[in-house]
Amino acid sequence: MEKAEVAQKIYELVEKSIGKKKLKSSDIQKQISADCGISRDEVKEALKDLVDEGKLIYTYFGGSFVEIPPKE
Amino acid sequence: MPKKYETPLLDELEKGPFPSFVTEIKKAAARSDMAADELGQLEKSYRDKRGYWKHGGIVGVRGYGSGIIGRYSSLREQFPNVANFHTVRINSTSAFFYTSQFLKEMCDIWDQYGSGLTNLHGSTGDLVLLGTNTENLEPIFAEFSSRGWDLGGSGSAMRTLSCCVGPARCEWSNINTLDINYNLTQEFQDEMHRPAFPYKFKIKTAGCAVDCIASIARADLSIIGTWKGKIAVDQSEVANYAKKGMNITEEIVNMCPTKCMSYDGSKLTINDADCNRCMHCIAKMTKALKPTGEKGATILMGSKAPFVIGATLSWVIVPFMKLEEPYDELKDLIRKMWEFWDEHGKNRERIGELVIRKGMREFLEFIGVEPVPQQVKEPRRDPFFFWTEADLQK
Ligand code: HEM
Ligand code: SF4
Ligand code: SF4
Repeated sequence: MEKAEVAQKIYELVEKSIGKKKLKSSDIQKQISADCGISRDEVKEALKDLVDEGKLIYTYFGGSFVEIPPKE
Repeated sequence: MPKKYETPLLDELEKGPFPSFVTEIKKAAARSDMAADELGQLEKSYRDKRGYWKHGGIVGVRGYGSGIIGRYSSLREQFPNVANFHTVRINSTSAFFYTSQFLKEMCDIWDQYGSGLTNLHGSTGDLVLLGTNTENLEPIFAEFSSRGWDLGGSGSAMRTLSCCVGPARCEWSNINTLDINYNLTQEFQDEMHRPAFPYKFKIKTAGCAVDCIASIARADLSIIGTWKGKIAVDQSEVANYAKKGMNITEEIVNMCPTKCMSYDGSKLTINDADCNRCMHCIAKMTKALKPTGEKGATILMGSKAPFVIGATLSWVIVPFMKLEEPYDELKDLIRKMWEFWDEHGKNRERIGELVIRKGMREFLEFIGVEPVPQQVKEPRRDPFFFWTEADLQK
């Protein structure tokens, strides 16, 4: 699976969970690797790109979560 | 001119013989609006007996999930200059060695972009910069990273590692604490800056059981130097200590926790097989006693301050491990531990709490470490033992 495709899946997963459940990095890794049949390291790499590009950010609410940055 | 607040309660903390953080904040408050409002809010906290800081949220620098702790005043109208008062953690050096040039530059950057208040070092081990607003975070990070510095850990991540001064200044060190600290820091950059753990994870390295870094009490993974050979005794130096007035029976022999020493008035004898290398005798009679043989470390896990369960001290996982570059055995063990935690840990559950909840058997089986007597922290109070099918086959 292409890295960009994995990134797209991650983004959709985070987007879908808005308002329902804050996702931790490990939740995303577990979910996407199971859904796409890829290794967790591959998910990590794609997540890394999303965060480095600023499409996703880490937040802290009593624990660290991955979220979509707020619209200015 | 920054606003001046009356601070009768804080002023009390300037009395007495010790250095006072109030005095230091006042110095900064003479030049910085932020530090002035910080002082004002703190006085109000003392008066009202409650804190007015909120923390967490979404602030950070691009690409990082740790190193910046969002902090906000809940009294923004009254103290507008600390409405945002974020903390920046800079990854400290191994054993806190800095050049004076760096310290000057660090202070200049911080005077320009922040409150001027620092904490060297916080109990986290980081070089902590206290109080800046959101716009300044990226510029501060750029200033530091262009000089080769990086952010430390925060949140559900590996935290900034720390170690004792070790072989840099201390002859008792059995391992190169500084190198281990640096090497693991480099190895686990992603784990530090891209939080993916159930909760925080701290690694602290001490060169010997004196444990100047208190790793036994405040690290999820405590690495403590030890040795395998005998303690070499120089009897003429023993005699010197006696001559200078040391009561060897009282101060050394009777204080040995395993009662493995004896002294007949002229000769000090150690039954090395019973010694648990606590360092007491060596620390007291440095000139007379010296560890010999193979050097390495004991790997322990699980200490933390009270939270879900009370305060815990670390207990032994691997009694002796040789620690030489590139430390592969140690790194593999750490990764295996994280895997177990990732699989079973609940949100905000430290790895030690998880192992207490699940039991050592499951943990040891998972990480592939044989059970050994040294791992027993204390005798059990209940008499039950549950055999598995596999045990019964044997
Ligand atoms: C089907 C019902 C129960 C069974 C099968 C059962 C079984 C046991 C067993 C096997 C022990 C350990 C005895 C030993 O020390 O060797 C024990 C201890 C004990 N049981 Fe029960 N028990 C039952 C109900 C109860 C009830 C209803 C109470 C109290 C209202 C109770 C209170 C205790 C206490 C206080 C101990 C002593 C625990 C200790 O000191 O460690 N048990 N029970
Ligand atoms: S822990 Fe031991 S080796 Fe490290 S500085 Fe203290 S006495 Fe020296
Ligand atoms: S190191 Fe500790 S246990 Fe060993 S002989 Fe000295 S005092 Fe006793």
